[in-house]
Amino acid sequence: MPPEHSDAPALEVATVSVHFGGVAALTDVSLRAEAGTVTGLIGPNGAGKTTLFNVITGLQRPDRGTVYLGGADVTRMGTHRRARRGLARTFQRLELFSTLSAADNVRVGLEAQGRAPAGAAVGLLERVGVGDDAAAPVSSLPTGSARLVELARALSTDPKVLLLDEPCSGLDDRETETLGRLLTSLAGEGRAVVLVEHDTDLVLRVCETVHVLDFGQVIASGPPEAIRRDPVVQEAYLGRAPDPTFDAAAGGATTERERERP
Amino acid sequence: MSTFLAFTVLGIVTGSIYGILATGLVVTYNTTGVFNFAQGAVGAVAAFSYWQLWQQWHWPFLLAIVVVVFVEAPLLAIGVEFVLFRRIHGASVERSLMMSLGLLVILLGVATIFWSSTDVVRSVPSYFTQSDGTVLSVRLFGANGVTIQYQQIMVVVMAAVVAVGLGVFLRKVRLGVAMRAVVDDPELVAMAGAKPHRLSRSGWAIGFMLAALAGVLLAPIVGQTGLTADQLTLLALNGFAAAVVGRLRNLPMTFVGALALGLITQYCVGYLPGHINPGLASVLTEVIPVAFLFVVLLVIPAARLAPAGRLSVRPVPRVVTARQSAAGAILLVAGMAVLASMVGDTALATLSQGLAFGIVGLSLVLLVGYAGQVSLCQLTFMGIGAFTMGKTFGNHSWWGLVLAVAVSGAVGAAVALPAIRLRGLYLALATFAFGEVMFSAFFSNSSVISDGTSINVGRVPLPFAHSVGDRAMLVEVAVAAALCAIALGALRRSAYGRRLVAMSDSPAAYATVGLSPVRTKMLVFSLSAAMAGLGGVFYAGQQGGIGPNDVQFITSLTLLLFVCIWGVRTLTGALLGGMTQAALPVFQTHLPHSLADVTGLAAGIGIVLLARHPEGILGMEWLTSRVRLPFGDVPAAQPQLLYDGEVARAA
Repeated sequence: MPPEHSDAPALEVATVSVHFGGVAALTDVSLRAEAGTVTGLIGPNGAGKTTLFNVITGLQRPDRGTVYLGGADVTRMGTHRRARRGLARTFQRLELFSTLSAADNVRVGLEAQGRAPAGAAVGLLERVGVGDDAAAPVSSLPTGSARLVELARALSTDPKVLLLDEPCSGLDDRETETLGRLLTSLAGEGRAVVLVEHDTDLVLRVCETVHVLDFGQVIASGPPEAIRRDPVVQEAYLGRAPDPTFDAAAGGATTERERERP
Repeated sequence: MSTFLAFTVLGIVTGSIYGILATGLVVTYNTTGVFNFAQGAVGAVAAFSYWQLWQQWHWPFLLAIVVVVFVEAPLLAIGVEFVLFRRIHGASVERSLMMSLGLLVILLGVATIFWSSTDVVRSVPSYFTQSDGTVLSVRLFGANGVTIQYQQIMVVVMAAVVAVGLGVFLRKVRLGVAMRAVVDDPELVAMAGAKPHRLSRSGWAIGFMLAALAGVLLAPIVGQTGLTADQLTLLALNGFAAAVVGRLRNLPMTFVGALALGLITQYCVGYLPGHINPGLASVLTEVIPVAFLFVVLLVIPAARLAPAGRLSVRPVPRVVTARQSAAGAILLVAGMAVLASMVGDTALATLSQGLAFGIVGLSLVLLVGYAGQVSLCQLTFMGIGAFTMGKTFGNHSWWGLVLAVAVSGAVGAAVALPAIRLRGLYLALATFAFGEVMFSAFFSNSSVISDGTSINVGRVPLPFAHSVGDRAMLVEVAVAAALCAIALGALRRSAYGRRLVAMSDSPAAYATVGLSPVRTKMLVFSLSAAMAGLGGVFYAGQQGGIGPNDVQFITSLTLLLFVCIWGVRTLTGALLGGMTQAALPVFQTHLPHSLADVTGLAAGIGIVLLARHPEGILGMEWLTSRVRLPFGDVPAAQPQLLYDGEVARAA
């Protein structure tokens, strides 16, 4: 196993392919996420975004390709060992510890790192904006708050790479605004944040780099402004001629639940 | 050559039957998500019905077959789907497992009530016989060839028809295609206009019909000397092994597995030195499928941690506080001390045994209730503990107790080690296989327990007393059970307890915070086995010994069910479950024959209740709102909220 290199990107995915039966979920996908930045990943429903997250975290084995964390090849490593190397994620379909309270959800993560000072769990919940719900059983929380509890749990491991799968669905505009600022500040702490989100407005606002995934392939990569103007992206994402109301139209997809292949 | 051919024919014939049985299992699993542990029991009920119609009521045998397979089986399936499985659609593995295990107990109970009296021998003759009783057959390959009976040909033809027919049905027929889709995503299928209930009902019906067909075909093969329910039910093990070869999805591989298993078993019977020991053949036919299942479980690739994709809507259990568990413990010991001075010998024995079972029940709360893993061999661990106690340190010392706990724990870890990387269902199957192997190869082995009934096990000595009488024994077990309950409560409140619950709720998320589900599962399995071993020390001490009758699969099963029926996430439920297990056989002796299997009946009624109240009796709201239980660990009802409609299927 190669050692970590200080100059390597925090996360690198190289030519990853995944098939489900005859369906190509991902084809030769490559991308990198640098420490201290927010990287966006957008694309229509079923484009393979969640599958890519599953490959990165080890929940899905790729047919081909390599995943590097800090320059080290982790492709064959188990999920929990990747997590100990500083990888954390949230889930599009919530994966909370549903019979525990919000604070206990976070505490399990803190205790896994062997550091659970009193108040740390509540502190993290406060940071993401759901401090008031600390004692509530997570199954009684509304979707938006539950997603934020997942975010707090992901932060409990003090990750170097943070994968967020549609953190804004279920949040109102003001909460989305707050979350955007939180993402920027998380990146400011030197973490590499990868954001899958249908709220294109948010993605284009907070991300340094955006990758566009369509039918399992990266069809465009670049800074937000270039992506916004890219005709290929507009074609794939909107399926019609360029429209000045791009943001609004894409933002409308937020309410539609993405359905990934298993 | 002719020997080889003869065993090949036998292997293919039995393999074909296992194939039919296993195919039904796979179809049901893929359309309903439930692994039907009762598949063999359905076959058993079918075989008995068939015997009843043909041999007792003298129906033509073909009519009897048609009625059993095409009328009785589907009707039974529809009833079972409605009563037991409709409400738990999309529920967790352990919950749906519990339902199918409950069904197994119910069907065995039914078979016991109708077909257990020893007045008649339930023998089933061959299908195609001449009037003088000779079995019709053809001879192939001349003098050195092999004789094949008509009914053997029929079996193989039936298997081929089933294989091809199902293949066509699932790929070409509209209903079949929809059935394949329903388990992947019931919501999506519902949106496409199909009715998920109807589809899963069809899944049950097909599974039951195939089980019935297998039972009917098997009847003349195993039933020459008389059918027994246990024997038929355990034949299902062969089906389980075959289905696992097909990884519970792939029908052709399932058939390949079934044929391989049939052939391996017959060749072993034929070519291993069976002539030295005439009993070997029957042992082999029992052990080989189990060993086969175990090996297959070891070699199939470890399951990836799949995100559950849904939220559990279970009510959140209230965790016992230290004060509550101390109060409950004091109440328990004091109550038993008072009872010990009042009641007679039978009641004393029953109470002690109930509490010993209660300790085993507590081990199930740890494993099933907290960690969401299922063990079907908990009484095997109990037996191992008792055996260790009986064989070491003069069979009645504290050192023996310590060693018993350590040995059971170690064996538990060893069983879990290879199996734990698998999903919950496979783990349950592995424990089932382990329990069966231990029963046939260890506890029933005359070189282990020489008289075949039991070895002596003494009681744990008390300070200041020469011997432990029945009254002292009851108080002793009560103290042990109380301490176990306190320990379990403390464990649940600890960081480790939070981890267990977290792992049970979402294994995928558990791994993404850097925790290894494999290690956690292994430790909890080992702890649970150790606690069961402790229970075994008291169980055997109370009755003076341990033997094969104490460690049967069906007893492991009913204890598990009773604990679940009372409430598997509560300490009180474990103790009540143990008490129920001990008390019912005592009631049995006072009941008429029409209630031949009161344990099975009680478990059956309980299971129907469990289908409606997942938290068991102690979690039912009318009870929790009226009564305060000693350990105060009643699951609190929670308003259930649906996220994104995702959990609608569980509701």
